[in-house]
Amino acid sequence: MKQPAVTMHNVEYTYDRSSVLRQIDFELPRGSFMGLTGPNGGGKTTLIKLILGLLKPDKGQIHLFGQPIQTFKDWTKIGFVSQKSNAFNKGFPATVYEVVSMGLTGKLGYFKFFNKTHKEKIHTAIKSVGMEAYTNQNIGDLSGGQQQRVFIARALVSDPELLILDEPTVGVDAENVDRFYDLLKKLNQEQGITMLLVTHDTGTMTKHATDIVCLNKTLHFHGEPDDYTSLTATDLSKFYGYPVNLVEHDPDEKEELS
Amino acid sequence: MIADFLHYDFLRHTLYTGLLIGIIAPLLGSFIVVRRLSLLADALSHVTLAGIAFALYIDKRWGIVAISPLYGGMIFSVIGSVLIEKLRSVYRAFQELAIPIILSGGVGLSVIFISLANGFNTDLFNYLFGSVSAVSQTDFLSILGISIFIIIVILLFYKELITLSFDEEHATVSGIHAKWIHLLFIVLTALVIAASIRIVGVLLVSALMTLPVAAAIRVSKGFKQMVIMSIIFGEFAVIIGLVTGYYLGIPPGGTIVLTAIFILIATLIYKRIRTAYKGGSSDESTRSRQYA
Ligand SMILES: Nc1ncnc2c1ncn2[C@@H]1O[C@H](COP(=O)(O)OP(=O)(O)OP(=O)(O)O)[C@@H](O)[C@H]1O
Ligand SMILES: [Mg+2]
Repeated sequence: MKQPAVTMHNVEYTYDRSSVLRQIDFELPRGSFMGLTGPNGGGKTTLIKLILGLLKPDKGQIHLFGQPIQTFKDWTKIGFVSQKSNAFNKGFPATVYEVVSMGLTGKLGYFKFFNKTHKEKIHTAIKSVGMEAYTNQNIGDLSGGQQQRVFIARALVSDPELLILDEPTVGVDAENVDRFYDLLKKLNQEQGITMLLVTHDTGTMTKHATDIVCLNKTLHFHGEPDDYTSLTATDLSKFYGYPVNLVEHDPDEKEELS
Repeated sequence: MIADFLHYDFLRHTLYTGLLIGIIAPLLGSFIVVRRLSLLADALSHVTLAGIAFALYIDKRWGIVAISPLYGGMIFSVIGSVLIEKLRSVYRAFQELAIPIILSGGVGLSVIFISLANGFNTDLFNYLFGSVSAVSQTDFLSILGISIFIIIVILLFYKELITLSFDEEHATVSGIHAKWIHLLFIVLTALVIAASIRIVGVLLVSALMTLPVAAAIRVSKGFKQMVIMSIIFGEFAVIIGLVTGYYLGIPPGGTIVLTAIFILIATLIYKRIRTAYKGGSSDESTRSRQYA
């Protein structure tokens, strides 16, 4: 059995004074498609930054692919599309090709140049998100949804084993959201890429994800989509409204965590 | 017209040096512009002036050339660049604060060394606005060495530099050592400024780094193309500026920068005509209402 892509054990994180994450025990099995949801400010982006090593937990342990995060070096195994991807400098003169090629920078390492194989890889990644017609366009001239697809291509080009997407479909129209999920599903099923997807669009998420996690300072739910959809309205309103009172674990979750 | 430049030794060194800085200034300038750090070059050029004034002061006070003004400027400029990086990490939320702090520090030091050396002389005037006759063979050879070094380092770190300039968070996540690449970049900028000052002068060096890029960014697709075009524009500005400056007896800093501005205007007009010809206004910089 392969090690899970991510495990967190009793992780806590505090910005300056305000505690954001508490008692996070969580496991992301390889090959799964996990949807992460929760209210604004619930700590989803913070959780992801902890996994990416951009923040250090105050307490607890994080393992990536079975290795303690402190000694983890294979960062190119993890592709990332940030919530702020679209906040880049729109005037930045970079073509789609150039932006996608940046996804290989870390993988190649210092003092290495792109060769023919790399260039083909870049074109393949652009094709996989259906943007080949725009290869030589400036990224700033594309629509928001198209830009988002380019950023996914940038994350894919290094052949990651885990793809982390923080609200990637914000500003993408309904038709393209569907195509986008189809693309993620294909990558998940055909290439076995583990997915961790943050979204507020729980409807679409429950259709595609294999695991669902709800986060509001602590983990409030961890289970399968069916269990999530069967949560009652009161459960959910409690979850969003009175986070501190409700830290009940359902049996499913216990099973998965042990 | 250019015959004189090939005939006289001192002009030849100036011309060759000009051709070198016509490459390295827009090359570094491309990264400076896309990272919105245009004022950084100004801050560093004033620190460079302090180094030059320091070298001139030592020379005047003790009559020895302990360090040449070129190296004096370079040492100060590199120290200034490291300080800017430090300040930027201290004031995380107000990174632009580092620039006025270093700029005013540079001017303050310059004033002190200049007055200690008994005020302005023609030499200093040349440093402020550039000169066609100030490049010695030693200077030229030093600048040649620096230029080759800069070009090689940029080629080696091109992909890291562009990745970091575009998206710092993504670059960090993919394992690039952002702090070190920043430092490398800013030190290279300091070297370019020190190398360029003999010809364009302290006050106008940042213009040579940014104006050709400002023109290129309007008419190119992608980063690589923009770099190449900005170097072409930079070379144009340097050659035309040096020659006219020499024949009109004007410091070349002025003529080079004015040429660069003309190139910029020409590209803006070209872009206007082309968009008008295409019949639409796809110009993303015009956010105002299109029906006046
Ligand atoms: N850099 C920061 N400094 C201080 N506090 C922060 C910082 N970033 C986030 N926070 C706080 O941490 C909490 C969690 O933020 P986080 O961005 O992780 O939420 P999120 O679940 O991603 O929300 P959203 O759905 O809005 O993206 C918020 O209360 C926020 O105010
Ligand atoms: Mg978030």
